[in-house]
Amino acid sequence: MSSHCRNDPVLSNALRARAVAIATVFALLCSCQREDREYASAPTSNAQPPRQSTLQPGATAANPADPVGQHYQDNAFHIDEGSRLYRAYNCSGCHANGGGGIGPALMDADWRYGGRIDQIHATILEGRPNGMPSFRGKLTDAQAWQLAAYVRAMSGNVRNDAEPSRREGMAATPPLDRLPKQPPRNGDPSAGTVPPP
Amino acid sequence: MMRTSPLRWLLPAVAMLAAGGCNRVQSVLLSSGDQASAAGGIWNLMLWVCVPIYVFVLIALALAMRRRPTPAGTTRDRAIGRGLAAWLALVGALLTVLVTASFLVDRRINRVAVAPLQIRVTAHQWWWDIQYLDPDVSKRFSTANELHLPVDRDTRIELASADVIHSFWVPSLSGKLDLIPGRTNAMTLTPRRVGWYRGQCAEFCGLQHAHMALDVRVDNAAGFAAWRAQQLAAPQLPLSGAALAGEHLFESSACAMCHAVAGTIAGGHGGPDLTHLASRRMLAAGTWPMDRDHLDRWIADPQKPKPGALMPAVPLDPRDRAAIDDYLMGLR
Amino acid sequence: MNTPIDDIETGQAQARREALERTWADRPGFIGWLTTVDHKRIAHRYVATALVFFMIGGALALLMRIQLAKPENSFMGPDRYNQLFSMHGSAMMFLFAVPVMEAVAVFVVPLMVGARNIAFPRLNAFSYWVYLFGGVMIFTAFFLDVGPEAGWTAYVPLSSSDFSPGKRTDFWAQMITFTEVAALCIAVEIVATVMAMRAPGMTLARIPLFAWSMFVTSLMVIFAMPAVMLASTFLIADRLVGTHFYNAGEGGDALLWQHLFWFFGHPEVYIIFLPALGMISEIVQTFSRRPVFGYTAMVLALMATGFLAFGLWVHHMFATGLPPLGNSFYTAASMMIAIPSGAQIFCWIATIWTGRKALVAGRIATPMLFVLGFFALFVLGGLTGVMLASVPLDQQVHDSYFVVAHFHYVLIGGAVFPLMGALHYWFPKMSGRQLSERLGRWQFWLFFIGFNVTFFPMHILGLMGMPRRVYTYPSGLGWELPNLIASIGSWIVGLSVLLFAINVIRTLCRPRSAPDNPWGAPDLLWSVSSPPPAYNFEEVPVVGGREPLWPADRPLQVMTGLSHVRREALLTTTMDAIPATRWALPDPGIWPLWSAIALTVLFIWSIFNPWGVVLGAIPFAVAATIWFWPKRSQPSLGGANERDC
Repeated sequence: MSSHCRNDPVLSNALRARAVAIATVFALLCSCQREDREYASAPTSNAQPPRQSTLQPGATAANPADPVGQHYQDNAFHIDEGSRLYRAYNCSGCHANGGGGIGPALMDADWRYGGRIDQIHATILEGRPNGMPSFRGKLTDAQAWQLAAYVRAMSGNVRNDAEPSRREGMAATPPLDRLPKQPPRNGDPSAGTVPPP
Repeated sequence: MMRTSPLRWLLPAVAMLAAGGCNRVQSVLLSSGDQASAAGGIWNLMLWVCVPIYVFVLIALALAMRRRPTPAGTTRDRAIGRGLAAWLALVGALLTVLVTASFLVDRRINRVAVAPLQIRVTAHQWWWDIQYLDPDVSKRFSTANELHLPVDRDTRIELASADVIHSFWVPSLSGKLDLIPGRTNAMTLTPRRVGWYRGQCAEFCGLQHAHMALDVRVDNAAGFAAWRAQQLAAPQLPLSGAALAGEHLFESSACAMCHAVAGTIAGGHGGPDLTHLASRRMLAAGTWPMDRDHLDRWIADPQKPKPGALMPAVPLDPRDRAAIDDYLMGLR
Repeated sequence: MNTPIDDIETGQAQARREALERTWADRPGFIGWLTTVDHKRIAHRYVATALVFFMIGGALALLMRIQLAKPENSFMGPDRYNQLFSMHGSAMMFLFAVPVMEAVAVFVVPLMVGARNIAFPRLNAFSYWVYLFGGVMIFTAFFLDVGPEAGWTAYVPLSSSDFSPGKRTDFWAQMITFTEVAALCIAVEIVATVMAMRAPGMTLARIPLFAWSMFVTSLMVIFAMPAVMLASTFLIADRLVGTHFYNAGEGGDALLWQHLFWFFGHPEVYIIFLPALGMISEIVQTFSRRPVFGYTAMVLALMATGFLAFGLWVHHMFATGLPPLGNSFYTAASMMIAIPSGAQIFCWIATIWTGRKALVAGRIATPMLFVLGFFALFVLGGLTGVMLASVPLDQQVHDSYFVVAHFHYVLIGGAVFPLMGALHYWFPKMSGRQLSERLGRWQFWLFFIGFNVTFFPMHILGLMGMPRRVYTYPSGLGWELPNLIASIGSWIVGLSVLLFAINVIRTLCRPRSAPDNPWGAPDLLWSVSSPPPAYNFEEVPVVGGREPLWPADRPLQVMTGLSHVRREALLTTTMDAIPATRWALPDPGIWPLWSAIALTVLFIWSIFNPWGVVLGAIPFAVAATIWFWPKRSQPSLGGANERDC
């Protein structure tokens, strides 16, 4: 009879309560930001735009990464919004679906102006020689970060659980999460820059 | 419980009719169009069939609970068996009536429209793009979130979606029909009463499903023609210096990336067409009334009234924003 | 005075009971808790788990009603609200309604048909673990802000990776897979138990109505669940590996999801509702002290409902623009369901009408009270269902609050009220203690009143044009008052459920005192002690009629021959329940648990990486292989020397 007691609902409730407690601890440990839909509260960068040239007298100054970028590049919602903006603002007009056309390809490992998210962000907002226009004023800072996060993800540089999969509509390329991951190559990985071919 | 239950049904029913009487703008029961009236007829028929059945069942149950026990015997059970057969025959007959009525009304609603006005509605997250079609290309125009219909005339509305599934529902005029990506649906509206009506997206479509309303103006033939002529005309040019500055700001900033104003270089198609923005009654798909104060607050931060909307808060200093307000308020 | 022979017989009976006790005992301690295959213990935890999910789901609903209490409320934002209502619907449908009905059946059906355990007991244990892990997974995800956000119906493309980024919908889709696996396992067990393990003499025409209803329900589960598993697997494939099943741009179709989902989703409603019909039949019969009128009609009505349920899924899609003539067919089919339902309502009322009302302490017993509540609510919900079957009317009120009111009347009135009645009714057998009638009555009245206050105004809101699934609404449309009333009512319902929880916990803290048959019920379940021993029946009962325990003084005949030292069950023929063979039932084992854990790893892994399906299958295959490894003999725990009787 005493063994029968153990399967009383009350006691299994207690066990479940323990399970819930464990789950809560797990939640606190994770403090998951990747799914947050930050439609109104996304951080923006107050810092000056990063230097676009390393030319300077004396030793090369460090070009520190903007911490805001990390926030955007790990968030599934922001990457997805970036994907929407990429289509809405006709980035495909020059870069196609990442394969490149008038502009360089975005789904390979080569980055002329740096493959870090804050460098891509700067490229979008400030423009680059030979055709990339400046979108400063046309995009809000958050939108530029979202686009940058998506552009970075186009070559697979994104954490697995935030990676976008296939889009609705006609597909010119396989979904991003089916493409091989291509970390920025050639040169300083922190800057991720390569000289133009 | 047996005694109070019919009361519980009747009292709110009365309250319901009273409440429904207050509001013609968005109501299933107070219909203002042929299609909604047809559905309303079915509603009345259903109510007349269903309420007596409900009351009958509860009374039977109450009597059954109050009855003194009687010895169950086979003869008794046989009599009840006949009762069961009669009951099922009654239910079957009533259902046949309802199915037939429903079928006939459905046919009436789906009749082919006669020389209809043609409109194409494309739903976006979370607003309505409305195009008035015409064989003559110069007579076509686009607007957003406000549908104008002539009274006593068939209008055929093509329904399409740009992103997810939405549903077009103006209860006072007609039942709803979904807008599904990859498909085009069509419905006919025949409004019978001049006035303002309100429609709302009725298929869950994401964060701002709640703020995806549609203003519908039913007008007499002359009023509709005047409105149409106004929509076809280019908006008046900015008159004041501030408005001119506003136009320049609008075209050179983030606004023009998504919005179009006919006759200017602003040609974005991500958001609603603003050509005659100031002539509309509501702002942001029925979220706020259209006036300068609300427009200013909307541009300052669209995420406050409509969190999740795809329009970002563009950082503008208040003077620039005022100039843009001036410009937009002139778009009539 | 006992004669010496009596003493010897008593002594033998005592020895027999002790042998059975040893044979069917679980291992001691926590290991015993993990390895048990006793259908009663598993049913206990199944019911308890489902009720916990019910309360969490209800708490989510209360939060939603706070948000909707006034227009443009800022209690929560749209993202939180969307997750709440998606989670509320998913938890209530997948983690509460279907599992709790099956859980009750896992306890009741074997006892009702006179079996020593449910068929496939280890599958039963496996089913529970899979269900538990799936439920814990989705709630953990929810608390981590990875809860579903596209509604419990998860229509594509809103649930596609384009509009639902991240892993929220993947967790939802895998939760479906978990619960479907669990439900299918139980469905198979119940079909086998009802078809093959009935007591001798329990012909098809003598099966208790609850067992019939669970049999039909289980067949429906077997036919309906594969559709949703297919649908959710397509969704996962679309999201995970970029297939285009639902992508119109690449030749897929967004409506395919709705067809597949509702081909499951409509039968799902009846999967929840049919067990409730069986519960009502049992309660009505017991408290009217006469067999249910029209047994054959009742069974045919159950089967007709189960059959028709598969032919009317399109009435959830009347607004999608399908061809009108096709829609009319589904109108007719949907309305036809009113005929079997009407027949059952009639039969129950006739039973009450001609029966002798059995009262408890001069009042209507709580189970019967809930059944009366069922009539008042379900008939109303059924009639609004008839209204919704009409295409023109449905196009008006579809996806409005009218529908919200309708399905809550049908699901709460038609399933939760009978379930509450059944829990009160079977609680003495499940726990050996009787719930307080006083608290039960309070619970009933609060529930009944609170329910109507909450959901009746929603009919009006729907007719006034308020769509469902909105996180807020504007003022000035007359929606304020009905919403406020509904919000107040929801808290009355919450209070009622709290009373139920208090009643259960308080009762469980008391000593066991329930008699074997407290309500004077007629079926085999009530012939054993409360709670039943691990082996259920000392000897196999033999049944000579539909109500074996009526009249009460009739002794129950038994058949001997099953071993007392091995776990054996008697298999009987399907039609006439003639004893056919003895079947060795398995001992407790840990491998169902390990298999469930391996399956959980597979499912969760596959959310993040498609290779999880391939590599995760290996541990599952290992665990399942050990589970099913043929054993030369099945020595039971207590069995020293086999002694055939």
